[in-house]
Amino acid sequence: MQSRERVNKTLTNRLALGVIWLAAIATVAALGTILLYVIINGIGQLTPSFIFTWPHGVNMEGGIWPTIQATLYVTALAMLITTPVAVLAAVYLAEYAVQGRLVRVIRFAADSLASVPSIVMGLFGLALFVEGIGMGFSVIAAALALSFLLLPIIVRTTEESIRAVPKYIRWGSYGLGASKWQTVSKIVLPSALPRITTGVILAAGRAAGETAVVIYTMGTMINAPISPLDPGRTMPVHLMLMAQEGINLPAAYGTALLLVLMVLAFNLIARYIGRRNRRMQG
Amino acid sequence: MSSDIDITQHDVAPEMCADEVSAARAPEPPKQPPRRALTKISRATYLKEGLLRNLFLLCACVAVAGVALIFIFVGLKGWPIFAKVGLGPFLAGGTWYPTKGFFGILPLIVNSLLAMSGALLLGAPLAVGTAVFLSEVASPRARAIVRPAVELLAGIPSVVYGFFGLVLLRPIIAGLFGGLGFGLLTVWLILAVMIVPTIATLTEDALRSVPDGIREASYSMGATKWQTIWRVLLPAAKIGIIDAVILGMGRAIGETMAVVMVAGNARVIPDGILKPFLTLTTVIVMDMPYASGDHRTALFGVAIVLFIISMLFVGAIRLISRFGKEVG
Repeated sequence: MQSRERVNKTLTNRLALGVIWLAAIATVAALGTILLYVIINGIGQLTPSFIFTWPHGVNMEGGIWPTIQATLYVTALAMLITTPVAVLAAVYLAEYAVQGRLVRVIRFAADSLASVPSIVMGLFGLALFVEGIGMGFSVIAAALALSFLLLPIIVRTTEESIRAVPKYIRWGSYGLGASKWQTVSKIVLPSALPRITTGVILAAGRAAGETAVVIYTMGTMINAPISPLDPGRTMPVHLMLMAQEGINLPAAYGTALLLVLMVLAFNLIARYIGRRNRRMQG
Repeated sequence: MSSDIDITQHDVAPEMCADEVSAARAPEPPKQPPRRALTKISRATYLKEGLLRNLFLLCACVAVAGVALIFIFVGLKGWPIFAKVGLGPFLAGGTWYPTKGFFGILPLIVNSLLAMSGALLLGAPLAVGTAVFLSEVASPRARAIVRPAVELLAGIPSVVYGFFGLVLLRPIIAGLFGGLGFGLLTVWLILAVMIVPTIATLTEDALRSVPDGIREASYSMGATKWQTIWRVLLPAAKIGIIDAVILGMGRAIGETMAVVMVAGNARVIPDGILKPFLTLTTVIVMDMPYASGDHRTALFGVAIVLFIISMLFVGAIRLISRFGKEVG
C-alpha cells in the first residue's frame, strides 16, 4: 500500500516535471522558430545596397535607408527627452519620497502609463502633439508621444537600480558631511549607473520597435528626416505597410531581420553591461 | 559644489529624508556663539537642496500629468460621440457600421475579449510553467538558455510577431484547417507567445520571493518536488501570479499591430475560430486612414474605452495586492 503510494507520487512528480520542462522548451522553441525563420528568409536581403539606398517605385524596390535613419532619429530623440526626466523621477521615488498619498498617486499613474495600449498612445500623440500643438506629422511629435510610453519603463528600472545600491555607502557619505544631493549625485547615481544604462538601452529597443505610436505621430511618408519637424516612416511602420499591402515580400523579410538584429544588439549590449558590472561588484 | 557644509547635519540620521532634515534644522537661529562658528552657511545649500527636491518631485509628477493629458486629449476628441450617440448605445450597440451611422462597439468588445481569453488560456499555463521551470526546476545551465529567451521574446517588436504570424503561421493554419488562415486561432497563438514574457517574469519574481524555509519544510515532510510546487509554492505565490496574469491580459487586449496582421479584420463577431474579425484596437488601425467626422470621433471614443479598460486592470492589481497584504 505504502509503496504503491510512493510509486504514484514519484510517477506524478516525473510527469508533472516533464510538463514543466515542456513549457520551457516550448517557450524557447517559439523564440527559436521566429528568429530562425526571419534570419533564414531575410539574410539574403542584407546587402549594403539594401541598407544604404532609397526605396523606389510602387513596389518599394531598392533599399530602406530613410526608414533606418528615421528609426534611429526618433529613438535617439525619445531617449534624450525621456531619460533625464525618468531618472530624476526615479531618484525622487527611491531617495526622497516618503510613503504617502502623493507617492501612491504617482505610482498608480506610472503603472497606468505603463499599461496604456500603444495604439491609445498613438491617438493621444495625434490629438495633442500633431493636431493640438500643431507640430504636424514629425519626428518630435513621435518622440514626445514615445517618451510617455518609455517613462514608466525607465523609472522602474532606474528605481530598482538605485534601491540596489547598499545603504552603508550612503551612510559613509553622510558621515563625511555630504548633503543629500551630494550623496545622490556623487555616490548613489554613479554606483547605479551600469544598471540604469541597461534599463535605458532596453527601453531604446522598445522605442525602436514601436509601430502604433509612431504611425499616427510621424506619418508614413518615406523621408530621411533632418529637422525634428520633418515627417518620416520608421522601419516597423515600413514593414507593417509592406506586409499589409502584400508588396515586395523580400524587402519585408529584410526589414524584419534588420529590426530583430537591432533589438538583439540592444539586448546583448545591455546584457554585457549588466554582466561586466556584476563581475566588478562581486 | 559648495564645500561649506552645515556641520549640524552630523546630528541627523542618514536615512532621514530631506524634509525631516530641514525640519530638524528648522529652529536655526543659533544662539550660542561657539556653535555658530561651526554652523557656517548654509542658506544657499538649503535652497539648493530644496530646489532640487522639488525638481525631482516635478519629474515624478510627469507620470501623473501624462495620464491626465491622455485622458483629457483623447477624451476631448472622443467626447462628441458619447454626447451624440449616448454612452449606452455606444457601448452596447450591436452594429459597427460608422459610414452608415451605426456606432455600436459591442461586437468589437466581444471580439477583443475572445482574442484575449483564448490567448490567456494558451499563454498563461505556458508562462507559469516556464516561470516554475526557471525558479524551481532548471539547472543553472538550462536557466542560462531559457531566461535570455524569455527576455528576447519581450524585446521582439510586435510588428515582427505579426509579420511572422502572417507569413508562416497563417499559411500553416490555412493548410491544416482550410480557409485563409486569418482568424481567432492564429491570433490566439501569436498573442499567447507575446504574453509569455510578461507573465513569466512576474511569476518568477513571485515564486522567488517565497522564503526557502517553506520549501525545505515541505521537502522534509517527504513531499516531492511537484507536490512542493503544486501544494506549497503556487498557493504561496498566488497573489503575484494573479497580478502577472492580469498584466498579461492587459497586454493581450491592448495589442494592435500583431493582431491587425493576422485577424483578417472583418466587421462581424466571428462564427468560428477560423473566421476573420475586428477588435477594439484593430478597428482604429483599419479605419483611421479614411475616417472623418463622427467616424473619426468614434475611433477616439474606442481609444478612451481601451484606456479605461487598461486602467481597470491596473486598479484590479492594486486591489488584489492590498487584499493580499491584509490576508497574508
